[in-house]
Amino acid sequence: MSAIRFRGLTLGYDRHPAVHHLDGTVAAGDLLALVGPNGAGKSTLLKGIVGEVGALDGAIETGTKAIAYLPQAAEIDRSFPVSVLDLAAMGLWRPFGAWASLKRHRPKLLDALAAVGLTGFEDRPIGTLSGGQFQRALFARLILQDARLILLDEPFTGIDERTTADLLALIRGWHREGRTVVAALHDLHQVRAHFPSTLVLARRPIAWGPTAEVLSPPVLARALALSEAWDEAAAICRHEAAPAAAHDHHDHHHHHAHGHAGHGAAP
Amino acid sequence: MTLAGLSDLLVGPFVEFGFMRRALAGCLALSLSAPPLGVFLMLRRMSLMSEAMSHAILPGAAAGFLVAGLSLPAMTLGGLIAGLAVALAAGFVTRSTVLKEDASLAAFYLISLAGGVFLVSLRGSQIDLLHILFGTVLALDDDALTLLGGISSLTLVALAALYRPLVIECVDPLFLRTVGRVGGPVHSAFLALVVINLVGGFQALGTLLAVGLMLLPAIAARFWAADLSGLIPVSMLISMLASVTGLLVSYHAGIRLPTGPAIVLAAGALYLVSMLVGPRGGLLHRLVRRRHLEA
Repeated sequence: MSAIRFRGLTLGYDRHPAVHHLDGTVAAGDLLALVGPNGAGKSTLLKGIVGEVGALDGAIETGTKAIAYLPQAAEIDRSFPVSVLDLAAMGLWRPFGAWASLKRHRPKLLDALAAVGLTGFEDRPIGTLSGGQFQRALFARLILQDARLILLDEPFTGIDERTTADLLALIRGWHREGRTVVAALHDLHQVRAHFPSTLVLARRPIAWGPTAEVLSPPVLARALALSEAWDEAAAICRHEAAPAAAHDHHDHHHHHAHGHAGHGAAP
Repeated sequence: MTLAGLSDLLVGPFVEFGFMRRALAGCLALSLSAPPLGVFLMLRRMSLMSEAMSHAILPGAAAGFLVAGLSLPAMTLGGLIAGLAVALAAGFVTRSTVLKEDASLAAFYLISLAGGVFLVSLRGSQIDLLHILFGTVLALDDDALTLLGGISSLTLVALAALYRPLVIECVDPLFLRTVGRVGGPVHSAFLALVVINLVGGFQALGTLLAVGLMLLPAIAARFWAADLSGLIPVSMLISMLASVTGLLVSYHAGIRLPTGPAIVLAAGALYLVSMLVGPRGGLLHRLVRRRHLEA
């Protein structure tokens, strides 16, 4: 069973692709790390899955609409006077909506805060939290969202070791519960230690499969060779329309991409 | 001063004159609905947006005035249509194009304002224009009072219904987009409430001053309360206090002091006092360095 299926997916901005011709499936229950240099399209791919960025070409199929998503730079207004408990309680939006009372569910909210180590913080305004405490509060909200598919965009950037370890433990717990987790990460040591499968992205997919096989020096060297600059004069990509021989005439190297993306279905 | 003298000063005008009672009722109704909207506008850093909306209402009111003269229903309807059109058009452009909300709103309200001034100058004298701009709080008739009461009730009910999604939309709009589709409609409904209240306010205070009763109490409340459950009631109280004070000052003043500006000036005075002595980040509290705590 697949949680996410990419079919010839191209995502981008202003017709310039940021994720180029991605094919493959994320198996249900997978714990997948998304690895690649800055500008590789990791965030764009996650935004594409939640529908924040529209596909330029191809499609994304997700089994569920109930996706929990933690963006890299949240658009959260931390000066707005709501409490930590209120922030976490937003995670219950889907089942409770605009009107249902949350009063009887306060223990559940407090449990979620306890699970991220924020017991006693429930009435603190969110503006008074440190960066790490705030990230913990956002994870409490993720817990309450109770989603089968969880997307995390660089969840540990600027977060200290202890908090990272606590939050990684939560992620492993979600994995044990059979939830599908996709996380964009930069710390390869962390990826090797905790994530069974990895997708290396450098706009086009470089490699996708079991972490131990995928995170090899040649693959990483290829990913790092990514040029971040857009070619303003780039020709229109004729990937679909062109016959196989035409691939030699443009510089996207799709044959590489397709060769590796095929591993996508591996658990 | 004796107690009787004080009562003559504070209560007398309302007991004696029907138009003062009507003005008081209208302003109190507005004080219940406009300041809570102002609180949300302030917290979303959209304070100036209500000023823009008040300009956007002008051409609608002017068009109503052109068609039917100084007629309440015509001018109200015109103002509502113009205000809602600008709010919805700006919202649509913001969501569909590269423009941010302030820029798209600025574009539409300027078009609307210029159109309004153009329409007013087609017919009518300066005095008519002053009516639209500065209102006629001492001449509220039954229709106007019914309108203000209706707007106030509608706003409170709608705010209660929208409260949770509105707060989420303020704090984390991206989150609301990922869990549902209510963000856009909730934002539009909120802007519509702002427009409705400005249109209601312009009967009493005029298009330009209606913003005053929406924003000044909300901004002043910021110095007295920290969270929404405090800000909203405090802003209502400040607005009521400003209404009563403004009406009384305007009544007792030796010179002819128009009531609309008197009410907004009273709200302004309350803001200045709050800004100076308010316990939540007021100026004096910032100047005094208190001993820090242990933990």
